[in-house]
Amino acid sequence: MDKLTVSELNKVFSARQGDVTALKDVSFSVRESEFAVIVGPSGCGKSTLINIVGGLEDKTSGSVMISGHEISGPGADRGMVFQSYSLFPWLTVQKNVEFGLKMKGVPAKERSETALSYIDMVGLNAFKDALPDQLSGGMKQRVAIARTLANDPEILLMDEPFGALDAQTRMLMQESLADITGRTGSTVLFITHDIDEAILLGDRVLVMSRRPGTIKADIDIKLDCKRNHEALTDEGFIRIKKQIMTLLWEEMDVKGESK
Amino acid sequence: MKKTRILSSTSFLLIIVIWCVITYGGLVAEIFVPSPTAVIRKICESSADGSLWANCWISTKRVMIGWALAAVIALPCGMVMARSQAFNALMRPIMEFARYLPVVALVPLTILYVGIDESQKYLIIFLGTFFQLVLMIQDTVSGIDVNQINAALTLGASRTQLYKDVIFMAALPGVLDDFRMTIGWAWTYLVVAEMVAASSGLGYIILKSQRFMGTDVIFMGLIFIGLIGLLTDFVMRVLTRIIVPWYKRLGDA
Repeated sequence: MDKLTVSELNKVFSARQGDVTALKDVSFSVRESEFAVIVGPSGCGKSTLINIVGGLEDKTSGSVMISGHEISGPGADRGMVFQSYSLFPWLTVQKNVEFGLKMKGVPAKERSETALSYIDMVGLNAFKDALPDQLSGGMKQRVAIARTLANDPEILLMDEPFGALDAQTRMLMQESLADITGRTGSTVLFITHDIDEAILLGDRVLVMSRRPGTIKADIDIKLDCKRNHEALTDEGFIRIKKQIMTLLWEEMDVKGESK
Repeated sequence: MKKTRILSSTSFLLIIVIWCVITYGGLVAEIFVPSPTAVIRKICESSADGSLWANCWISTKRVMIGWALAAVIALPCGMVMARSQAFNALMRPIMEFARYLPVVALVPLTILYVGIDESQKYLIIFLGTFFQLVLMIQDTVSGIDVNQINAALTLGASRTQLYKDVIFMAALPGVLDDFRMTIGWAWTYLVVAEMVAASSGLGYIILKSQRFMGTDVIFMGLIFIGLIGLLTDFVMRVLTRIIVPWYKRLGDA
């Protein structure tokens, strides 16, 4: 069954120099428990797309449905993880993870139990009483992921969540995320410009064209190997990587910048 | 930390030394600048008869009540102005206009409307701080991390919850700073309020002494306004550290 259905989605920004079409007739769907990744050159509108799905930006036309219901505005059914972590610096790790449950009015005891189980899942037991300021970037993003999962959203929207992390931390985070979503069976829409990350994490990779952004290709990722750093050198992995690189390369101009 | 403390005391000491030199050295007539001895004598006298403390207390009370009224109303006003374009469009022109009105020029009207009792003093301080404070709070709230707001919205926060649990908390460190700044201004308006139609307070005794060339009392009044200001600032800083312990500022130890 489809969790997320995006059809004929258009987004036009009105600027002084004239209208800019950011998204043009974008249609795709994400099935339950599927990990869908969108890759695209910078400026292709992929962040705009996920913000529209998250209800943080308005669409110009088209439809976005979650489990068959048209969305309106942001809501707890679509949990978002941002590149900038966006933790609440005045709350401890545990209180941050409890935030969504508190908004729903879940009793304190139940809140605390749920939060602790997700903190455990992301491996931060020892830091449950720490303030975000005391954590490294990778740890902050783990808290943000736990905070979103604890809220039990229908779909997890992740906007380049590991973009601000160093290469090693990013790899560790990718492996933990694959492990966590494998266990929770979460439906995920993940945005990145990193092809390795897309193939490593995705059940499906959607390739976007440069502006105006459209879905250019929809690739099922079937790997025989385990989804960890060793996969990066797997033959099947490299074959898919070549395919996606070719698709993305067509979107670049000769100077190597996206047009 | 230690070094900065020494530097801070040095600047104070320097002023006291200059004061001693020009008065004890006979460089300036006693009637213009009283000697430290004369001022200390005055302080002892008026503290013994209790008038000094009574005047300090009444002035502090006026500042606190007038300022607190402004703060309590300015906080929600500034918060909503920062978040709602419609409310901003409605309020901003009035605020910008009112904040350029010199409070001194409003004194006659305040006397006409509310008389010369305590509430007139509160009103002057309120008028002097409210409009500035609203705009400062609006600015502080506009500057909070929009990602925190987005995170809260996608975690299911309602409008009320968003204001209470996120916007207010995120803006709190900046708001406390705004509060600390405006308390200082409130003292300026206090003196305005006490120089007209008052019969007590530090501003009043300063003005009264001018008529009798009582520069020693003027100095005493100024010193105590300064000291109470320093104390208020210190208390606000300590409170800030207690209320928002998570907040670290550049230059904090």
